[in-house]
Amino acid sequence: MVYISPNQSSICFHIIISFSSHYSSKSSNFITKHCLILRSKYFNSMAEVLLPRKMDITNDPSKFGSPDLLHVLAVDDSHVDRKFIERLLRVSSCKVTVVDSATRALQYLGLDVEEKPLGFEDLKVNLIMTDYSMPGMTGYELLKKIKESSAFREVPVVIMSSENILPRIDRCLEEGAEDFLLKPVKLSDVRRLRDSLMKVEDLSFTKSTQKRELETENAYSFDSPVQSQPKRAKI
Amino acid sequence: MQRQVALIKQSLFDQGYLDEQFMELEELQDDANPNFVEEVSTLYFKDSARLINNIDQALERGSFDFNRLDSYMHQFKGSSTSIGANKVKAECTKFREYCRAGNAEGCLRTFQQLKKEHSTLRKKLEHYFQLARQAGPKETARRPK
Repeated sequence: MVYISPNQSSICFHIIISFSSHYSSKSSNFITKHCLILRSKYFNSMAEVLLPRKMDITNDPSKFGSPDLLHVLAVDDSHVDRKFIERLLRVSSCKVTVVDSATRALQYLGLDVEEKPLGFEDLKVNLIMTDYSMPGMTGYELLKKIKESSAFREVPVVIMSSENILPRIDRCLEEGAEDFLLKPVKLSDVRRLRDSLMKVEDLSFTKSTQKRELETENAYSFDSPVQSQPKRAKI
Repeated sequence: MQRQVALIKQSLFDQGYLDEQFMELEELQDDANPNFVEEVSTLYFKDSARLINNIDQALERGSFDFNRLDSYMHQFKGSSTSIGANKVKAECTKFREYCRAGNAEGCLRTFQQLKKEHSTLRKKLEHYFQLARQAGPKETARRPK
């Protein structure tokens, strides 16, 4: 694995930023979007390198690498967009939970309270996709809260927005967003995300099986019931 | 019957009522979810009717809270974009420009046009979906040539 130092990465980052700034100022949407794709591809590859992974030991390890296990939490205040993103994710073989606000997202994750309530240890979310502009708490604020939490800071967060505002994109990426997608989100965007996440999960799975071979008794009790999600209201 | 459905759909694209996003929605339809596009469309018109109502009331009050109007229109534009409602989306953009310019008269004028486009699209899509349902599920999933 190659480690990209923060300095190197920021240089690349800035080259791509200025490139896309130049073209967006000339109102060339195609090129701007292409630059954004480059940037997000770049960040995807960074994610593969730098993103550590918490282990999720299921009772059936052979299923671990299967696409069915990617659980995505989608956050959007627009009913139409929620229906759309849910469909995109289901078509891409992801498990989906959809909520209509950042507040509800925090409730779902158990981050709305100071101390983590019981039953949240089993909650596994592989990806959070959130709209940027939402009434109340914005997607950006949600991103910050997630990155501040010990439980979910490693979960990739993708911001979606209908507005191509570069300072906004920069701010989100600097705050630790995995990617920034322009709406309407495409099926190809979702597949790309899923594929890059699956690669990371596979790598982690390999490491975890090696680790388990060494440790026969550990904190993950194999006799415990299947990691079932506590029931929560689906908005 | 199926050819008629295809022609209607083609004309909706040719006349600019719908854009490629509508095709993206159709790609998400399958045998298990044969009415997905119609469901999204229904949701859209329900949502946008509410927004139109809110904007109407805000405009009738005479107080031009441009920030609020812009915020409504941002939502409207967002969902119109998601469904591929091309002409409606264009009117939303115009309206927002007038909001930012603080041009009340421009807002009013554009809003009338927007309501017209919205209503036209609704009728056309209702007609299209009705025919498509009669013709059979396969037709709706096919891309226009």
